[in-house]
Amino acid sequence: MPGSIQSIERAAAVLHFLGAVPEPVPLGELSRMLALPKPTVHGIVRTLVDVGFVVQDPDSGRYTLGEGLSRLGETLDPHLLRSRSVNWADGLAARTGLEVQLGVLAGQGVELLHHVFRPDGSPQRLRVGELQPLHATALGHVLLAFSPAASRLQELVSSTGSTPTSPVTLTRAVQQAFRRGWAVADGTLRPGVAAIAAPVRHHLGIGVGALAVVGPRERVLSVAGDPVPALVEQVVAAAAAVSAHLEDRL
Amino acid sequence: MTTPTYVAAIDQGTTSTRCLVFDHGGRMVAVAQHEHHQYFPRPGWAEHDASEIWANTLRVLPEALDQAGLQPSDLAAVGIANQRETTIVWDRATGRPVAPAITWQDTRTAELVDELNRGPSADLFREVCGLAPAGYFAAPRLRWLLDHVPGLQRRARAGEVAFGTVESWLIWNLTGGTDGGVHVTDVTNASRTMLMDIRTLDWDQRLLDALDIPAEILPEIRPNAQVYGSCTVGLPGVPIGGAFGDQQAALFGQTCFATGEAKCTYGTGAFLLMNTGDRIATSEHGLISTVAYALEGRPPVYATEGSIAVAGALVQWFRDSLEMIRSAPEIETLARRVEDNGGCYIVPAFAGLFAPRWQSDARGVVVGLTSYVTRSHLARAVLEATAWQTAEVVEAMAADTGIAFTGLKVDGGMTANHLLMQYVSDVLDLPVERPLVAESVSLGAAYAAGLAVGYWPDLEGLRDNWHQAARWEPTMSDPLRRRERAAWDRAVERTLGWVVAGDTVVPARRFG
Ligand SMILES: Nc1ncnc2c1ncn2[C@@H]1O[C@H](COP(=O)(O)OP(=O)(O)OP(=O)(O)O)[C@@H](O)[C@H]1O
Ligand SMILES: [Mg+2]
Repeated sequence: MPGSIQSIERAAAVLHFLGAVPEPVPLGELSRMLALPKPTVHGIVRTLVDVGFVVQDPDSGRYTLGEGLSRLGETLDPHLLRSRSVNWADGLAARTGLEVQLGVLAGQGVELLHHVFRPDGSPQRLRVGELQPLHATALGHVLLAFSPAASRLQELVSSTGSTPTSPVTLTRAVQQAFRRGWAVADGTLRPGVAAIAAPVRHHLGIGVGALAVVGPRERVLSVAGDPVPALVEQVVAAAAAVSAHLEDRL
Repeated sequence: MTTPTYVAAIDQGTTSTRCLVFDHGGRMVAVAQHEHHQYFPRPGWAEHDASEIWANTLRVLPEALDQAGLQPSDLAAVGIANQRETTIVWDRATGRPVAPAITWQDTRTAELVDELNRGPSADLFREVCGLAPAGYFAAPRLRWLLDHVPGLQRRARAGEVAFGTVESWLIWNLTGGTDGGVHVTDVTNASRTMLMDIRTLDWDQRLLDALDIPAEILPEIRPNAQVYGSCTVGLPGVPIGGAFGDQQAALFGQTCFATGEAKCTYGTGAFLLMNTGDRIATSEHGLISTVAYALEGRPPVYATEGSIAVAGALVQWFRDSLEMIRSAPEIETLARRVEDNGGCYIVPAFAGLFAPRWQSDARGVVVGLTSYVTRSHLARAVLEATAWQTAEVVEAMAADTGIAFTGLKVDGGMTANHLLMQYVSDVLDLPVERPLVAESVSLGAAYAAGLAVGYWPDLEGLRDNWHQAARWEPTMSDPLRRRERAAWDRAVERTLGWVVAGDTVVPARRFG
């Protein structure tokens, strides 16, 4: 096979071999079957252990396929994400006094998976299930920056005068979100409403959702129009806390 | 300015043990959680390992503190809320449980309770403790242990062993265990034993005699907000300022301090409680009168309760026994694949039917199966079962109290399920409201502990901490609601009378 990478081929062979044997396999046996020296095979299995595709039994030192492999084809269940977010989203709303939204990618848009009211006693409507445009929201910019997307955005419809409608402005906003680890939107969806969003990340840091505080411009931004640093810190911390709890079983 | 300290709560639930830390505004700053094993050694039996629960408690405490970067000295107090009625007997000298904990879902005492109900003391129980004898309460389980663990009755008399529900077990261990542990319970947990006089809030000798339970085995009954002692382990030096049965804790956490205020908590089971003030409500509709809370030096406040045994537990069963989903929340993903239940209904009478029917001979059914029904329809039926059971207890409570519901305050793990909460609102035809802290159980325990040490001055101040986080409005048409209700009622009928004489005979098992 011209141009193929030998170490990947060998790693694949190790995985196939381990998958074919019902019991944990010792290193010597792997080396014999693959007709490769032990140190070479050891290097390969060590790397596979590090990435979670292989596990080593601590007592016998033998190897089997790891959970990471079976999880490859699994996407994170959105409702599991919501369940894991509830306590942190509540805390974020309580501390900031702002409305909190959790969004996930849904085709060309962001779907609101969870919504916590602004804790001020005013009548509000539950927005769970609502679809918002990716390019016009802080949630969307974070998702575009951190979540691998299968398709590119088609058309950038403007909601307000501030909606980024050219690919260049949008790309700039998304790149900035990627660099900073959070995004801010100022009146891009509804005039006078601003939002700060941060990514919820899963395996290898892949973005699986975005958490945002949304509120009146004057509550979210400083007089100079910059996001209030304390808010940014709280949104990023809450999103990181959700990320950290994604592995717990429920 | 608020004090720069926090209050912790231990919520020892049926499926997990967690520790939450709250600030002065009642805002959660940390949460750590571990599940424990569920043992179902025979049909109708449900056990926990009390030692595992204690070990998990010792794990979650430092984990929660670490998360928020706190030391035990940052805590003003810790409060405890627990799964109720679960019965533990332990050896005072070794600190070890003498048998597995028998949980509130366990039905092994059915026969014992039948006998009690046929005997002369049934009315006495109803009159004194306010409860009609049922296998749901703790005392019959204690009687069962005294009968089946060799030598236990004698050792109980000699004061060698201690009985408690989970809060007693945790408080005893936290305050030193074999080395000076404090053996207490609180009024709400005690009100679920069938042994406490609901008026005087003391153990009643006549009830003890009726079940031949030696007084030496019992903990001392205390108010909900009071310093019982200080932790020597887990949170060294931190005062334990309160304990609460989890459902009463949630009522307190939702700040239902006024007569007529109610909440429904969706966990393993679901429990609707309404504050009835100084009135002990006798129910015509299968509700239980219970103590809501008792504060030091003040008369107790009572509540009426509609108990649903199986709510989240059905989701758990769907996950663990049927292996249809890998996590509980995934049930929503599955249910959303279809528009409706496809004609399928599940009535989870796993431990008989609780409120409002109290039919111990009922068992669960799945009805309406056709080849059209998929696992997505089953997922819908699982969620709908919780909604319809809620409707039944809400109706019973409205009929009993004459107070019409204008909305329902909810909390607990299942409130993260949007589809379910919408369905609850639809079948009740009422708005459903979730507060900003869905963990009302923990919040209530923290409130009690904080009140005991003066971290919070009074009840009224706590009300300001309540904020609405979500509100679901009904959208279902009346004809559809009536049709679904009729189908649910037919399904419930099919659960009745399933267990017949001979089925429940369980050979005695020996421990030791
Ligand atoms: N998103 C969800 N959808 C449906 N059910 C859920 C969801 N999340 C959790 N549950 C169910 O809710 C229960 C967990 O809720 P919670 O943590 O409030 O209960 P618990 O405190 O362990 O039990 P309890 O307090 O009743 O003793 C489990 O039975 C679980 O199956
Ligand atoms: Mg609970």
